[in-house]
Amino acid sequence: MWKVAVGDTIALNQPLIDIETAKATVELPSPYAGVVTKLHGEVGDVVPVGAPLIEIEVGGGDAAPLATPAEPATTPQGEGRTAVLVGYGVATNEGAPTRHRRRGGAVAPAPAPPAPITSTAPALAPRSTPPVRLYAKQHGIDIESIQGTGRDGLITRSDVERVVSGGTPRARSAPAAPTGVTRFVGHELAPWESGPKEERIPVRGVLRSMADAMVQSAFSAPHAAAWVRVDASKSVELLSALKSRPSMANVRLSPLTLVALALCDAARHFPGINSRFDDAAGEVIVRRSVALGIAADTPRGLIVPNIKDADTLDLVGMADALTTLVEKARAGTTTPNEMIGTTLTITNVGPFGIDGAMPILPPGTSAIVAVGQIAKAPWVVDDEVVVRHVVEIAMSFDHRCIDGALASSVLAHVGRFLNDPAPALLAR
Amino acid sequence: MSEIPLVQLLTPEGERVTHPEYESTLGKDEIFGMHRDMTIIRRLCNEATSLQRQGQLALWAPLQGQEAAQIGAGRALQPMDFTFPSYREHGIAWCRGIPPEKWLRLFRAVDHGGWDPQQYRHSVPTIVIGNQALNAVGYAMGVQRDGAEEATMVFFGDGATSEGDVNEAFVWAGSFDAPIVFFVQNNQWAISEPTVRQSKIPLYRRAEGFGFPGIRVDGNDVLAVHEVTKRALAHAREGGGPTLIEAFTYRMGAHTTSDDPTRYRIDADVEVWKHRDPLERVKAYLVRQHQVPASEFDATSAEADALAAKLREDVLAMDSPDPLSIFEYAYADVHPLIEEGKRDMIELGVGGGAH
Repeated sequence: MWKVAVGDTIALNQPLIDIETAKATVELPSPYAGVVTKLHGEVGDVVPVGAPLIEIEVGGGDAAPLATPAEPATTPQGEGRTAVLVGYGVATNEGAPTRHRRRGGAVAPAPAPPAPITSTAPALAPRSTPPVRLYAKQHGIDIESIQGTGRDGLITRSDVERVVSGGTPRARSAPAAPTGVTRFVGHELAPWESGPKEERIPVRGVLRSMADAMVQSAFSAPHAAAWVRVDASKSVELLSALKSRPSMANVRLSPLTLVALALCDAARHFPGINSRFDDAAGEVIVRRSVALGIAADTPRGLIVPNIKDADTLDLVGMADALTTLVEKARAGTTTPNEMIGTTLTITNVGPFGIDGAMPILPPGTSAIVAVGQIAKAPWVVDDEVVVRHVVEIAMSFDHRCIDGALASSVLAHVGRFLNDPAPALLAR
Repeated sequence: MSEIPLVQLLTPEGERVTHPEYESTLGKDEIFGMHRDMTIIRRLCNEATSLQRQGQLALWAPLQGQEAAQIGAGRALQPMDFTFPSYREHGIAWCRGIPPEKWLRLFRAVDHGGWDPQQYRHSVPTIVIGNQALNAVGYAMGVQRDGAEEATMVFFGDGATSEGDVNEAFVWAGSFDAPIVFFVQNNQWAISEPTVRQSKIPLYRRAEGFGFPGIRVDGNDVLAVHEVTKRALAHAREGGGPTLIEAFTYRMGAHTTSDDPTRYRIDADVEVWKHRDPLERVKAYLVRQHQVPASEFDATSAEADALAAKLREDVLAMDSPDPLSIFEYAYADVHPLIEEGKRDMIELGVGGGAH
């Protein structure tokens, strides 16, 4: 979020903007006093390290024009010039950000505005490690000419070896796309700057299935929703206690495990929730076996494989079944049989840091539960505000056969289960 | 604050209270001086945080919230005492007379330490958690063998008490009655791990198991910290052996500038501790009891601002070190492997005044 606007007069260390890095959201204080002449980037933009963020006119009048090419870095501060603030130092023509300048004629030189950064001009020196740099040097290879294949474009020893063993030195391509969610409907999207103005993606495969299912469901089943906030502190404690047991070392327990057990338990108490409205046959089909669908975000898109006879599983059985389901979904080895016959569904939006959602029913089912993140929140216990682990459970249901009373009973049952899981688990 | 006994002489509201064993004899000028110290280190610390955000420092470990713990302890030291810090003890460095720009050399990565430990009787920052506790006990045992009447004091955080080094240091210090004061600033968080997850008992009670006394002091009460530390140091100098002081405080900011505490703790806790601010209570006391006028506090703030501006200027003007200086200061004497590394670097054309 920008805290200043163009034209603002700002003081040294005045907060300019909140920047989110991989580790933290930080407030950036201004390194200069002056007048803001330009802001680079909008809220939500991913800005490469070394790219300009803001331009500030410092000192007296007679400011340099905004897009002046790089001036000598020793231009003294205070002569009325445009300073450019970047994330971690200033990109220079040499490549690497200059962090320490030796004392020159001028005191505390203001960084010069970098040359305009284009998608073909790398802002940073190629990343590598000293032994690899030395290895390249010993073989007379300019490390700048090598395209790194390691993590984040790191140039590895094998990259250099490939060039040494006769491969042609490859020119560095454009900097890696800014990290962000660039996957969309199962496709890797080109960066905003370099992609086509308009891109057409064929609707097929997983995308086709998702679209058809959602349309069929949304325009045949009248959706209604209900939700409940639950103090899940005991669930969190129980999971934590179980995880520390050596016998559970190989079991992947998560809040989702408990929600799955809770929902199956609710179905046993209220079988109506595990039903299906068959308009063509003029029947509502109640099923006394849960095929528990889990909405899975995979590299190919959204799929909803299910766990057959989930109502028969105990804690470890459910945890294992969920682990297998997710692994197969991610690996793309889910079988067609595992995709059909879902009777109840859970979509776990918590890992995205979301509190709740109102999902659309998979066709052929009458209820889907969305599980939000479990987060610490103020909670009233005996008229005192205390900190508890709170989760929101939401449910969409087919109002043709499920009324508010049934939906509320099921949600309340799930809520009670999560609020105090031990008795419910022991009772099974 | 808690039901566990802790020494407090000045409440968060700035009221002087009595304690059966500890009483402060500090007068108005000394207390005002401590408020000045705390104001200055808070201001300098904020400047350093800004400098990190602006790309001028690689990292910074803020101390905000712990000013009283450090100034109270730092002002209790005598010139002959020797101190071993972690990397957050900027307030101790201030009390030991180390110029602020030297604190930042390590964080700007132009130096491996920043100062000569012998000159200031203060070791260089130790990044390896808790390691300095062993160094300090070794030093204290040396002092003991020299028969010198001086105390060694070592600083670490609550997270360090979970480290083997600190526990080993406790064993040695206890077994040999080393003239040392262990000063743990329990700021409640070992990065993202709360203290309650690290110890089933209050940290000061750990001392009992190692055979020396432990005491918990309100770490946000500069008078209490000063008095408790003064007594523990005297105890050490007089041959009484070690003491563990737990300064119960709170890290108001991030662990370091690479950390985002909003990811693991709630604002409500921070709000509670804001009311226990170490500076505000001293100011309230000085205004109410000694009628110190606002202009004197303004003058302190102006002094702190000027020091911050000087710090910024000094940091921006720091020279990059000669790359070959990395080989210096590792060993007192010439070491063949270090020399070999240095020769290799020179062959590679690095450093050696080529810049």
